[in-house]
Amino acid sequence: MDDFLFLVPVALLLGLAGLGAFMWALGNGQYDDLSGAAERILLDDKDVPL
Amino acid sequence: MTCCTSAGGIALTVANDINKDGEVLLASRLVGDGIRQTDLSVPSIHCGACIHNVEAALNALPGVETARVNLSTKRATIRWHDGAPPPFIETLRRAGYEAHVYDAGAEVKDTAFSELIRALAVAGFAASNIMLLSVSVWSGADAATRDLFHAISAAIALPTLAYSGRVFFRSAWRALRHGRTNMDVPISIGVLLAFGMSLYETATHGQHAYFDASVTLLFFLLIGRTLDHLMREKARTAVKGLANLASRGALVLQPDGSRVYMPVNEIAAGMTILLAAGERVPVDAQVLAGHSDIDSALLSGESAPLATAPGTALQAGVLNLTGPLTLVATAAAEDSAFADMVRLMEAAETSRSTYRRIADRASQLYAPVVHATAFLTFVGWMVATGDLHRAVTIAIAVLIITCPCALGLAVPMVQVMAARRLFENGILLKDGGALERLAEIDAIVFDKTGTLTSGVPRLIEAAAIDAKALQIAAAIAVHSRHPYSRALEAACPANRVQPLEPDAITEFPGCGMEARVGSHLYRLGRANWALTDSTTDDAGLVLAKDGAPLARFQFEDRLRGGTHGALATLRKGFDIEILSGDHDAAVGRIAGELGLRYSAGMPPAGKVARISEIETNGRKVLMVGDGLNDAPALAAAHASMAPATAADIGRNAADLVFLHESLDAVPRAIGIAREAARLVRQNLILAVGYNLIAVPVAIMGYVTPLVAAIAMSSSSIIVIANALRLGGHRRPDKSAASSAKRTPLNIVEHA
Repeated sequence: MDDFLFLVPVALLLGLAGLGAFMWALGNGQYDDLSGAAERILLDDKDVPL
Repeated sequence: MTCCTSAGGIALTVANDINKDGEVLLASRLVGDGIRQTDLSVPSIHCGACIHNVEAALNALPGVETARVNLSTKRATIRWHDGAPPPFIETLRRAGYEAHVYDAGAEVKDTAFSELIRALAVAGFAASNIMLLSVSVWSGADAATRDLFHAISAAIALPTLAYSGRVFFRSAWRALRHGRTNMDVPISIGVLLAFGMSLYETATHGQHAYFDASVTLLFFLLIGRTLDHLMREKARTAVKGLANLASRGALVLQPDGSRVYMPVNEIAAGMTILLAAGERVPVDAQVLAGHSDIDSALLSGESAPLATAPGTALQAGVLNLTGPLTLVATAAAEDSAFADMVRLMEAAETSRSTYRRIADRASQLYAPVVHATAFLTFVGWMVATGDLHRAVTIAIAVLIITCPCALGLAVPMVQVMAARRLFENGILLKDGGALERLAEIDAIVFDKTGTLTSGVPRLIEAAAIDAKALQIAAAIAVHSRHPYSRALEAACPANRVQPLEPDAITEFPGCGMEARVGSHLYRLGRANWALTDSTTDDAGLVLAKDGAPLARFQFEDRLRGGTHGALATLRKGFDIEILSGDHDAAVGRIAGELGLRYSAGMPPAGKVARISEIETNGRKVLMVGDGLNDAPALAAAHASMAPATAADIGRNAADLVFLHESLDAVPRAIGIAREAARLVRQNLILAVGYNLIAVPVAIMGYVTPLVAAIAMSSSSIIVIANALRLGGHRRPDKSAASSAKRTPLNIVEHA
């Protein structure tokens, strides 16, 4: 029973961290141009997001 | 260069210097401190090299702060310092990319989709965590742990229902308020009741809580909802990314002699408009001065270009081909022919909105049955045992087990797979309802110009023409944008065009081209203009050297690739006819060649009337058309398709847009739609079958949260697996892929 006291919060916090990261990526426009991102990796010059 | 060599051809052929500054400024918007943003639609961006070329070209312009390409939407976003707009479009054209101003203001940002994705993410997070806790409860946790885990689950589930459940609750509430039910009503009731009962169980230290069921249900249903939305949005963006053909404004000559670029809706009757070659007529107008040829294929379906002279009346939307014109507006935009078309279309659309989607029809039957079953279960257990708690628990278990999880996925999943298969074949689907309607059709109506034919004239009997004369003609024709010139150029293999060095080439709009080579004067154009002694003025072109004929060229509108094959397939199952606005002779020739019934000279309203006439005979019509004049008919027909080259308004009215040149797209789309309809039926039967097994078990009270979780997940997985059968395993066959060109909007014939 004692183990739950930190295991359950740890599990939930990890999950929340993942959810938060996804929400950030979504709001930041990381998914706006998936096919473009796949091609841009082949370009040499510096690449600053708009 | 990679895939983009084809784009270079456009740069050569459309090298005109239209003053687009006014248009660019009009469509840009201020985004902050003296910075303006312009969105350009660049349909020919294909690969990484294109991204680099476009961005490098735009960034090199003075005044540009940043330029960024979005490959998915084929758009370039440019931020520039306020002032005169840099020449974006000319720069891109020189780099080999045709660009169009994209009106960002016209697009409402798609908040619905990001709301769905966020809701899905939250539901996914909650479902996985609650499931984790539930599994330990089901594996036999002791009472104290169980209560703790139930409490934690409740704490996760409550905000999740509030956040992710909104999508369904809102829609259900809207339906109930209007006295209707839809799929979301049983979903909302089931989810809320399950949550409420679980909360009560948690408070009273009960054994069974359905938190996992209510959240997992939301998660599965949101997947279906998101897929449905994604499919529609993808097609919509792709259609929007195609060239914008309607003119946004025009250069107006002011009384004081200055020239101002004005938006279309501010142009009033009586204003003088300066129209460059290559522009579309913005409002109904009359030619004041200048000679040119006009192309009214999109507007009236007429395939041959017409010569204009002072006094000719022009309808809004026709394309000015060869020479600059001075026009006087005869009507404002809202009174122009174009606006009439929009009104006709709106009227036609309202008559079609009676169609109800399969899922909605299914839920109309489903919801009352489910609710009645749950209620009867409650009453039955009350009568049998008198135990209120038990009766309520079992009734809610029935609601949970019948919650249309599989139903909610059954239809969108199939339609998403179908949309993907269509997309692989170069066909864009607007929404799932269109797919259902397409599967029902049993009659097809084709437009002629631009639909059965490619709308691009082709030189006929090229072999009979003296090769030397053809080379000279092609060398002259390179300098013009008249469709016949383009056809001559295409007919002559590129490597054999003589490097003819003319001293002077002049285009006489409405007549032809004149080239001086040494002491000789060549003329390519109408017979009565090119020849010194000509009495005939037949269609086609004449190449003349010092007034004596060298060769005659005849043209015809070429059938689209695959037309014969497609019609041979379609004729077996469908009633086909042609409705065209073109002249009887032109339509008759094509109809005769294809062996179809036809009506020529149809006005837009006539097409609509003919379609409703067919539909009153109990048939369901597929309209395939491209022109402005087809738009009302596209909106009126049971289902509709348009090629990517169609007028904007037509593309927006059509349910499906096909990108490749081949007309094979039509039988293929119908085939996929019918296959999808079969799978949807199968999936609905599977979902009902699942209920037939699960509901009796639930009514008898054997359903625990564990059973509910297994039953719901497995039924969802079965319908998803069945839907996946439509995807992937059949790629488009090779012959079709090679005959259909991969580059939309670039239908240059290499005959």
